[in-house]
Amino acid sequence: MIDLGPHALFIVSAYCGVALVVAALIGWTLLDARRTERRLADLEARGIRRRSAGPAA
Amino acid sequence: MSAMTVVSAPKQRWWNRIAHPGQFVAWTRPLLWPLVLCTALLFAVGLWFAFFNSPQDYQMGDTVRIMYVHVPTAWLSQFVYATMAVSALGSLVWRHPLADVAMKAAAPLGASFTALALFTGSLWGRPTWGTFWEWDGRMTSTLVLLFIYLGIIALWRAFDDQLRGARVIAVFTLVGAVNIPIIKFSVDWWSTLHQPASVFRADGPRMPGSILTPLFVMFFAFTFLFITLQLKSMHTEIKRRRVMSLERRAVQGAADA
Amino acid sequence: MNAFGATLARDLRLALRGGGDVLTLVLFFVIVGVVVPFAVGPDQALLARLAPGMIWIAAFLSMLLGLDRLFRPDHEDGTLLLLRQADLPLPAIVAAKLVAHWLLAALPLLLASPLLALLLSMDLASFWRTLLSLAVGTPALAAFGAIGASITVGIGRGGLLAPILIAPLSVPVLIFGVGAIPAGPGPDQSGSALLFLAAISLIACATAPFAAALAINAGED
Repeated sequence: MIDLGPHALFIVSAYCGVALVVAALIGWTLLDARRTERRLADLEARGIRRRSAGPAA
Repeated sequence: MSAMTVVSAPKQRWWNRIAHPGQFVAWTRPLLWPLVLCTALLFAVGLWFAFFNSPQDYQMGDTVRIMYVHVPTAWLSQFVYATMAVSALGSLVWRHPLADVAMKAAAPLGASFTALALFTGSLWGRPTWGTFWEWDGRMTSTLVLLFIYLGIIALWRAFDDQLRGARVIAVFTLVGAVNIPIIKFSVDWWSTLHQPASVFRADGPRMPGSILTPLFVMFFAFTFLFITLQLKSMHTEIKRRRVMSLERRAVQGAADA
Repeated sequence: MNAFGATLARDLRLALRGGGDVLTLVLFFVIVGVVVPFAVGPDQALLARLAPGMIWIAAFLSMLLGLDRLFRPDHEDGTLLLLRQADLPLPAIVAAKLVAHWLLAALPLLLASPLLALLLSMDLASFWRTLLSLAVGTPALAAFGAIGASITVGIGRGGLLAPILIAPLSVPVLIFGVGAIPAGPGPDQSGSALLFLAAISLIACATAPFAAALAINAGED
């Protein structure tokens, strides 16, 4: 790591904060996607589908 | 894993049949992985430039490196609102279902980027101005923007019927979009009245290329990050609407039987 | 014009006969102002310096508090549905309600403000300026409030939401409202601030009925 001078704490914490929030955003997006997909799969497994999809395959 | 492949087989079929949203997902799904790769690559290059291949600023020293995350998030805080405002227009004028979805997906992302812009800004302000928070025009109007974002998120959570809520929220988003320049102007007027204007020298001296390169790369990295996350959460939102209508059907079916 | 007047008269009559809603709001306004000395101490000079801002904050809070009665009672008893099908276009009805709201929520505050000015030991000159800036600025607060109330009218538990939505949008009104009162030494920009405040009020009152009508129609179909 390079020398960041007297204000290293501020720089590092800024980057860490950004990394944390971005990671949380990505994690939340993926978690939400997975959860919704699971619920959709669950519903479809129970044979519920929309009208236009016709009878259950 | 095998369960996943089994359930994805019928999914493909109705995706092809349903109208707009399904087409959208089908078209944009192949874009996701290239976008992820692109974002990761840009971040890698940008961070390398930011830490190892850019000089100190002769005035601000190493704290100039905070700029590489501050400016892109501040840009996104406004760009995301512009995205929402355009979607709101689409939702009100054309009743486009995807505009609703885009509007809803963008709100939390915009709020996060705005919060990050404030966070990095105050961490940058401490070493350069000597204070975490200054009631400076830009910071104050960004704070107000954050409150508008949070209000929009609260509105989305308050509406039970998301389709009806979307149009009402679109009205509010547009009212906010019209108001934001007024807020910006009034806050600028106010802050120059109340404090010496010397606190914030516009953007300092002309920036040399060695600082502009990492700034540009990080700028695109964050913009791509937003596009990727926006697409992914739009897909999720479309699926969530499917889930909701299917659940309604399930309850109806149970009631009929 | 007749239907406009009828809507206006109906709202006024309902509010004035239906109990002490107006009085409660005025009481709240005065109490917010009275609480200030307890918080910052009874120093006359300090109070006089804070007074214009405090009166503005008190007016701002009371107008946010009174938002819910703008459309919600009409929504709950079905009147709003009838008003949407009236001959008079909905924006005109909203405009009538906006005028009624200003008369019921802002005018009493203006009348009560001498009391606060006295308690906060304001001098006469800055009191007149405060009254003027309140008179010019409260229509904008009422107009923003109408937008907030129309957006949250369809939400069952939207009572607290409208103030949250409207407060950030009202920042310019507060800035120019207090800016229109000349304070201490330094360059006096209160004249331009008053003009900006008047501009915001006019724009807000001209566009808010349309935005609010759009929100009501969007939320009710």
